[in-house]
Amino acid sequence: MNANRFTNRSELIGILVLAAFLVVILPLCLDVFRLNLVAKYLTYAFVALGLVICWGYGGILSLGQGVFFGLGGYCMAMFLKLEASSVENTKIQSTPGIPDFMDWNQITALPFFWKPFHSLTFTIAAVILVPGIFALIIGAAMFKRRVGGTYFAIITQAVAAILTILIVGQQGYTGGINGMTDLRTLKGWDIRPDHAKIVLYFFEVGCLFICIFIAQFIRHSKLGRILVAMRDQEDRVRFSGYSVANFKIFAFCVAAILSAIGGAMFALQVGFMSPSFVGIVPSIEMVIYTAVGGRLSILGAVYGTLLVNFAKTSLSESFPELWLFGLGGLFIAVVLAFPNGLAGIWQDHVQPRIDRLISSRKPKAESAWTDNSVADGAPAE
Amino acid sequence: MLIGHQPKPFLLAVEGLTVSFDGFKAVNDLSFYVEENEIRVIIGPNGAGKTTVLDLICGKTRATSGKIEFRGKELTKLKENQIVKAGVGRKFQTPSIYDDLTVFENLEISFPRGRTVFGALTFTRDATVRDRVHEVAEMIFLKDRLDMSAALLSHGQKQWLEIGMLLIQDPDLLMLDEPVAGMSVSERAKTAELLNRIIKDRSVLVIEHDMKFVEDIAHKVTVLHQGQILSEGTMEKVKNDPKVIEVYLGH
Repeated sequence: MNANRFTNRSELIGILVLAAFLVVILPLCLDVFRLNLVAKYLTYAFVALGLVICWGYGGILSLGQGVFFGLGGYCMAMFLKLEASSVENTKIQSTPGIPDFMDWNQITALPFFWKPFHSLTFTIAAVILVPGIFALIIGAAMFKRRVGGTYFAIITQAVAAILTILIVGQQGYTGGINGMTDLRTLKGWDIRPDHAKIVLYFFEVGCLFICIFIAQFIRHSKLGRILVAMRDQEDRVRFSGYSVANFKIFAFCVAAILSAIGGAMFALQVGFMSPSFVGIVPSIEMVIYTAVGGRLSILGAVYGTLLVNFAKTSLSESFPELWLFGLGGLFIAVVLAFPNGLAGIWQDHVQPRIDRLISSRKPKAESAWTDNSVADGAPAE
Repeated sequence: MLIGHQPKPFLLAVEGLTVSFDGFKAVNDLSFYVEENEIRVIIGPNGAGKTTVLDLICGKTRATSGKIEFRGKELTKLKENQIVKAGVGRKFQTPSIYDDLTVFENLEISFPRGRTVFGALTFTRDATVRDRVHEVAEMIFLKDRLDMSAALLSHGQKQWLEIGMLLIQDPDLLMLDEPVAGMSVSERAKTAELLNRIIKDRSVLVIEHDMKFVEDIAHKVTVLHQGQILSEGTMEKVKNDPKVIEVYLGH
């Protein structure tokens, strides 16, 4: 039995490899523009991480993670937008001191729910709490009634559609279809120049690793094993004295909060937020990142996100009309041929070879069963 | 009321239990009582409502009317996990184990501690847990397979594992749905031995078709037919009941 409940050796190596890749190799090899693209991709890695816990371990497929990504992103964007809309920046408006889109929509005073977003502390709390509480409500409403599987996936998709319509429709309060653009400073610090992008990149990578460690902690706790058990035999878990609904709600909320952190990072990195990151299509794309990376692998999710997004950028630069077919094809290929994604390929074909190399030098001591069975956080490059 | 009052309370009292699915009464006005440390076997033809009775007691199916009293607690109003906490354990007909976890982890999940979300997050695998898992694993003949993935066990071993998962809960009432179905002759003998050992200090409610097995373990037998009790008593009495012979044992 593994005494270290936090992480085992091969996983630690995987995390170190990923850290070296993100902290050293990428910043050295890429120019600022490309590095900023990576930063944008990594915001989705937070979502993919959440999906590993919720979908991979818990078996709860959510096709509405864009909702939480969007809520987190909009909370952050509201703060940045207010800062960018100071009286002196907006003196040409008929009502100075409110965001430009409000002025265009004949709104003359800041709506009440915007006011607290003047505070950064409130904003950071809102980035976590708003999506967390929203997920809690959806989760409680669905899981307590034993709604699951496909029905749950469809409902999350409906929520994504509803939120998009709401944001687009309430133009005066949300910026409508254009979203919130022209975000400039964070507490007076300009987020637009190159050096700010680099600082934000490292800040984001730091947050990502904190989230990876949280995910690892959950996976290695008994709660992680209960999620896996629930996926296999929900009734057995229920009749072993657990409230299955509460565990599902927890997994769903964790996934929502991770997505929201990604969304907030997105607003900071990219400098705007719009409903096109909230709806059904982006939500499904996020599921594809997770599937490609391997839905059972925490680190695989990060690699999957990077890989699919790199492919997306390079393919849509050269063949814009082909990309969507490529994405669809990729999803079908993963589902049919590699159900455990890149991490599965790594684990079945690469890891055994490495193990053999190591074990030819010293006899194998670790209990392989424990590691393989729950499926793992092996890196997949 | 006082005249028929029992000095010793029953562990489980089922009274007037009825469940109807779209008008079809799978269990119809059923009443029976299980005493402390009693082994009760329920037999009956297919569709008699045997599994439904277990489903009703453990909360999987909700009763249309009637009472299920366990240690003075009304079970029909409790949630499934509260019923487990009250001391009722249930084994399903097909082995329900967690294929993606090891035998050790399967048993550990049933250990009655850290059953809330927060409790599960902070649960630590200490010596008490480890000793108990080892103790139960020895009882269910899986001592050498603790680190093995449960998916790789044979059918019989999976049945034992699930029985082990119940044992670790230490329920006061253990409900087993056809524990020896699909087992080889030697596995059957071992299971009987296992059951005889684990039924000490608790009551057991068993559904079984294997009459030889029933005769070996039963204190009392209840025969169900079309959701109602056809006959009840010792195996000897039930076996010679003409009604039972007609609907069940005769063919």
